[in-house]
Amino acid sequence: MADLRTNFVGIKSPNPFWLASAPPTDKEYNVVRAFKAGWGGVVWKTLGEEGPPIVNVNGPRYGAIHGADRRLLGLNNIELITDRPLQINLQEIKKVKREWPDRAMVVSLMVPCEELPWKQILAAVDETGADAVELNFGCPHGMSERGMGASVGQVPEYIEMVARWCKQHTRMPVIVKLTPNITDIRYPARAAMKGGADAVSLINTISSIISIDLDNFSPMPSIDGKGSHGGYCGPAVKPIALNMVAEIARDRETAGLPISGIGGITNWRDAAEFIALSCGSVQVCTAAMTYGFKIVEEMATGLSRWMDEKGYGTIEDFRSRAVGNVTDWQYLNLNYIAKAKIDQDLCIKCGRCYAACEDTSHQAIMQTKNGKRHFEVMDNECVACNLCVEVCPVEDCITMVQQTTGSDARTGRKINRDYANWTTHPNNPMALKAAE
Amino acid sequence: MAARVEGIAGKRLDKAQYAENFADLHPRLTDHEALVEADRCYFCYDAPCMTACPTSIDIPLFIRQISTGHPKSAAKTIFGQNILGGMCARVCPTETLCEEVCVREKAEGKPVKIGMLQRYATDELMAEKKHPFSRAKATGKKVAVVGGGPAGLACAHRLSMHGHEVTIFEARKKAGGLNEFGIAAYKTVDDFAAKEVEFVLSIGGIAVKTGKAFGKGLKLKDLQRDFDAVFLGIGLQGVNALGAKNEDADGIEDAVNYIAELRQAKDLGKLPVGRRVLVIGGGMTAIDIAIQSKLLGAEDVTILYRRGPEHMKASAYEQELAQTRGVKIKHWVQPKKVLTKGKKAIGLKCDYVHEVKGKLVPTDESTDLGADMIFKAIGQTAIDVTGGALALSGGRIIIDAEKRTSVKGIWAGGDCVAGGQDLTVAAVDDGRRAAESIHAYLMS
Repeated sequence: MADLRTNFVGIKSPNPFWLASAPPTDKEYNVVRAFKAGWGGVVWKTLGEEGPPIVNVNGPRYGAIHGADRRLLGLNNIELITDRPLQINLQEIKKVKREWPDRAMVVSLMVPCEELPWKQILAAVDETGADAVELNFGCPHGMSERGMGASVGQVPEYIEMVARWCKQHTRMPVIVKLTPNITDIRYPARAAMKGGADAVSLINTISSIISIDLDNFSPMPSIDGKGSHGGYCGPAVKPIALNMVAEIARDRETAGLPISGIGGITNWRDAAEFIALSCGSVQVCTAAMTYGFKIVEEMATGLSRWMDEKGYGTIEDFRSRAVGNVTDWQYLNLNYIAKAKIDQDLCIKCGRCYAACEDTSHQAIMQTKNGKRHFEVMDNECVACNLCVEVCPVEDCITMVQQTTGSDARTGRKINRDYANWTTHPNNPMALKAAE
Repeated sequence: MAARVEGIAGKRLDKAQYAENFADLHPRLTDHEALVEADRCYFCYDAPCMTACPTSIDIPLFIRQISTGHPKSAAKTIFGQNILGGMCARVCPTETLCEEVCVREKAEGKPVKIGMLQRYATDELMAEKKHPFSRAKATGKKVAVVGGGPAGLACAHRLSMHGHEVTIFEARKKAGGLNEFGIAAYKTVDDFAAKEVEFVLSIGGIAVKTGKAFGKGLKLKDLQRDFDAVFLGIGLQGVNALGAKNEDADGIEDAVNYIAELRQAKDLGKLPVGRRVLVIGGGMTAIDIAIQSKLLGAEDVTILYRRGPEHMKASAYEQELAQTRGVKIKHWVQPKKVLTKGKKAIGLKCDYVHEVKGKLVPTDESTDLGADMIFKAIGQTAIDVTGGALALSGGRIIIDAEKRTSVKGIWAGGDCVAGGQDLTVAAVDDGRRAAESIHAYLMS
């Protein structure tokens, strides 16, 4: 059996699956249920300053995008940080950590961008025995209007400044949670690192309007006929999160900076992908909010079985394995030639590949052969774009087959198996000349 | 209640049991079921289902309209090709038409439930009681449609859309044809056939004259004189003969007539049925009468068919429907003689037969099967009611691709024409195509 234990910047947990800072981690009741279900850790829902509690809207907080059979693909929320009194949260954190010492207890924080409030709240959290703090520089809605959350996360100098304060005022590891609502994720990550943060976690939610009600023209969720943007999460955001994680993992300045991966993680496979891109732990919210805490059983057993099958004894055995394979377009091998191939035994003749290729791409698929309905790729037109593969409803019916001998039927050029990329391509005016 | 009374008797069941037995075979999908099912459609290119549909309904389009929340648009897509799309959704043998060729059938043996989705959409629009089409400017042309069945109704509707004035001449007391008098009751509950006729006629411009049939005051010559064009959708009038001894004994019924009676019955308890019933035939009518006999309270019902299951005109799905309702199907048997006691039929002597060079030949084995009611469901046959005016083939009217008969100004469609499929949906297609041809003819 694979060993799923993790040690992320000194935070130990029996598995890499943490619940992200969000409604599922708002109170003792939920967190204890989560630990009973098998979650390795939690990031307690964001605490704010001492004072009158946060007020939430009294109408709907969530909106969603659904796929077939109302499968939830994307979730949008306008909920703010915890609306429970600070002291009660702190008492509960302390109690739960004492009762569940083997689980990771990270506390998310968001206070105004001044040194004193950070110093005060860090001292209070220190008291609880929590393992670490996560600085919420990510929430794109509500709190950002008050100069917190994403409005801090969008200014690298602020990130660096606050991270530095925090490192000065606490014994605990400091994780900086990044907002994706920026143009280049590397800048805030570098700032966190410069400020001395032990790790970053990403992504927080993406600014979004989930839909417009076409009867009253209000954005959803609608509060008395009006809506404001919320934060988007769930399976739909995973590709964005993976790219941002990879950008930080392979950036020369931030390479090696520990990352806790967040964004649409729904099953063991998603988790493994984030870990392959260097994440030392993964955080889950939407999947738990959709299906309940029990999903962690599938995640743990799934990851464990896959690791056993692949011969990985520990998480470290495969962590970061994909990082080196993320490159820039200019370094992709232009001598790699592939063609789509349709398995005629698997083909159900729906013609979707034909419609996609004929209407929108390269006219490389025939729809009849000898007067019969028949879909076949014409190698002399196929650019191997993969669109047919993606629209085909039958798994593995259309595959990309690498051409290793002869010539490319489309270009007539002989297959050259040597690696050659854009930087040396004759069509590139900036091409590097090989040294004579 | 007289469940096990020997012989032919009514009131075998109580009222509640009749109601339960004759309830909707496949109730309408709920909204959620429809969305889930619609999501299964792959929106195929040049979709096979559309090609398989005799009325060429744009199935991928209407399913997509359902999945995006517009079942009424879906219904309009359907009705544009097939104004009797509501009935077809209920009675089409989809398992041998659209659903048979659905790529999901090939992929996983579970086609998209096209028929059920069609019903979901058409029911929604029909409930609105607002006709989805309007008539073109009046042309001043008059067309006679003989027969108020599916072919005639479809033809009349399309002609009316084009602005022509239509008169339907119907032999029975009400229009609807086999939809009203022939189809199994549990496939078209709540008087749907009559409601559908009302829906079709609600476009306006169509007068219905009932009690008018050839040979009963209606003459083809008069119609040719009084109207600019004539469409014949007169169905089949005759019933095939069994060719067995004592065929006229008491207790031998023609299934078509019996079903017509059943469909019009206000009180099913008044419809007498045998305790042991034999049904001769292998088509849809045989299945329908067998199942309905069972539902009326018959204890044992057996279908006798002279060939194997693969030869039956009733689809495998229909055969299974009968079997799961307790009907037994006996293959490779041919009735030779009706066994009688006095004038009463008490059973059938049947030969076991086999095929020799494509021909059915009796083996030296036979069997006596007891029964107190025997239904003939061996097909209807054409009787020329037009007095030899039109060219016929096997008694059925010869038509061309535009549904024109051999006589200029006369079109025909539905069961009365040669080479037909004997399906509601095929009759609807004939009617609509004939209407388009008539329209072109009248406007040229």
